[in-house]
Amino acid sequence: MKFANVIAVGGEWLRGEGPHHQIVVSSRVRLARNLRHRAFPGWAKKAERTQVLELIKPRVEELPEMQDSFSEVLQDLTALEKQVLVERHLISREHAAKSVGSAVIMNRRQTLSIMVNEEDHLRMQSIRSGLQLKSAFKLVDKVDSTLEAKLDFAYDPKLGYLTACPTNVGTGMRASAMLHLPGLVLSEMINQVIQAVNKIGLAVRGLYGEGTEAMGNLFQISNQTTLGEKEEEIVTRLSKVIETIIEKEHDARQMLIQRKSNTLWDQIGRAYGVLTFAHAMTSKEALNLLSIIKLGVDLGAFPEDRRLPIDELFIDTQPAHLQKSSQQKLNADERDELRAQIIRDRLRLFPKPDISKVARESANGSTSEPQTNE
Amino acid sequence: MLCDVCKCNDATVFLTQILEGKMQKVNLCDSCSKEKGVQDPTGFALADLLLGIGAAEEIEKGAPTQRCGVCGFTQADFKKTGRLGCSACYLTFAEGLGSLLKAMHKGTEHIGKLPQRAHREIELGDRMKSLNANLQKAVTEEDYESAASLRDQIKKLEMEIAS
Ligand SMILES: [Zn+2]
Ligand SMILES: [Zn+2]
Repeated sequence: MKFANVIAVGGEWLRGEGPHHQIVVSSRVRLARNLRHRAFPGWAKKAERTQVLELIKPRVEELPEMQDSFSEVLQDLTALEKQVLVERHLISREHAAKSVGSAVIMNRRQTLSIMVNEEDHLRMQSIRSGLQLKSAFKLVDKVDSTLEAKLDFAYDPKLGYLTACPTNVGTGMRASAMLHLPGLVLSEMINQVIQAVNKIGLAVRGLYGEGTEAMGNLFQISNQTTLGEKEEEIVTRLSKVIETIIEKEHDARQMLIQRKSNTLWDQIGRAYGVLTFAHAMTSKEALNLLSIIKLGVDLGAFPEDRRLPIDELFIDTQPAHLQKSSQQKLNADERDELRAQIIRDRLRLFPKPDISKVARESANGSTSEPQTNE
Repeated sequence: MLCDVCKCNDATVFLTQILEGKMQKVNLCDSCSKEKGVQDPTGFALADLLLGIGAAEEIEKGAPTQRCGVCGFTQADFKKTGRLGCSACYLTFAEGLGSLLKAMHKGTEHIGKLPQRAHREIELGDRMKSLNANLQKAVTEEDYESAASLRDQIKKLEMEIAS
């Protein structure tokens, strides 16, 4: 499979079909593994890294899960191509900075991506749409079991899997989910939620920004520790916490509809207006406004069939995706112009927000009247 | 204020995170924040960074002059990178790492998945231990018949482990 083909189709997780996909954009589980007695990639000399790559890459490519896969050594990818993979969460930013001695292998559906010689010899990641941490873990666990028969993984009976960074030792697992939480942000309850989640040893951070300045109201929540807890326990605990956050987000949205409806409709109206008519837009502004439109779709102010174009814009307006689509290198001003143009084009036939639809459909089992007392 | 990582440039990025109730702060210069991937949602954890910085000091206490026999890594290297050199480093620096891991994680022992091979090795190791204990006992009790049979079993097991 060629890079162009990878880019032509969005990954499965981008299509947003998983459970709770309105709020949980994606679930990811990654496992870190290393070969015994081989210097970790950050410490290995180039020749040693290349040796490890040659040991691992064919084993990964022959996985049944990797039939029809995209496999490339990093020096054969352009900076732009690497960046596109970063924007799709298929490789890490750290990995994108690598060159000779590192590789990435991913399946066509883009549900499984394996980095060779990132910080560890192997970083295997499964990514799914919506809240599907369990199935993401299952997939990556299966791949790990196949590979361990062929590769001599470093482990210690007491410490578990040995990793370059001591923070990953044990399970070597990081499970995370990306959540879209505009309700909690608009109602200013997000900090409370972040603090509560931090207290139980899970990490929350803004996806594109830092802390609460999360762009696009996107947050990533993940386990912080890897030693002393079973993989399944971590996944279950994280899933439960996420389910609670989903409830809180629903509550916050209902609260907004009931008590701050005018602010809410104003935000949605402005987002619609700016996105439809602007001629220059930064990535940050685009993400923040698209987030509000996405909320509008969730609430019923826009028809459900408009969800996919909005979800796609979250990715397609990222800098590398823009440049890829325009086939040329763009400076920041040109990017902002092109970004605005793409958004205008895609929203050309987008209907105006219809608040009356919210009144009828917001019920959704939880509430009825949108504009009550106050 | 100086950058916590390189300790030479002025810090321009200030981060805080609450982890298990403890507030942690780190100040970084522009280039270190980029290098550490502060902007990277997939690769960066503030805790990793913070713990990495503290980690060097912990490890220094445990093994001031040690060098990993497999990869040549030293504690000074750990201080620089917050990462270890190879899997054998965990043994080399076990003493310093012990308290570090304890501070970093929920527990001190892995209770999750291990490779199939590991289960076999652990099982064989356990069997070896119990055979040796039984042999000791037989010798003390001057039960030479049992001792001879136990020695045979140990020899067989040694061959199995070697294979
Ligand atoms: Zn610095
Ligand atoms: Zn070593």
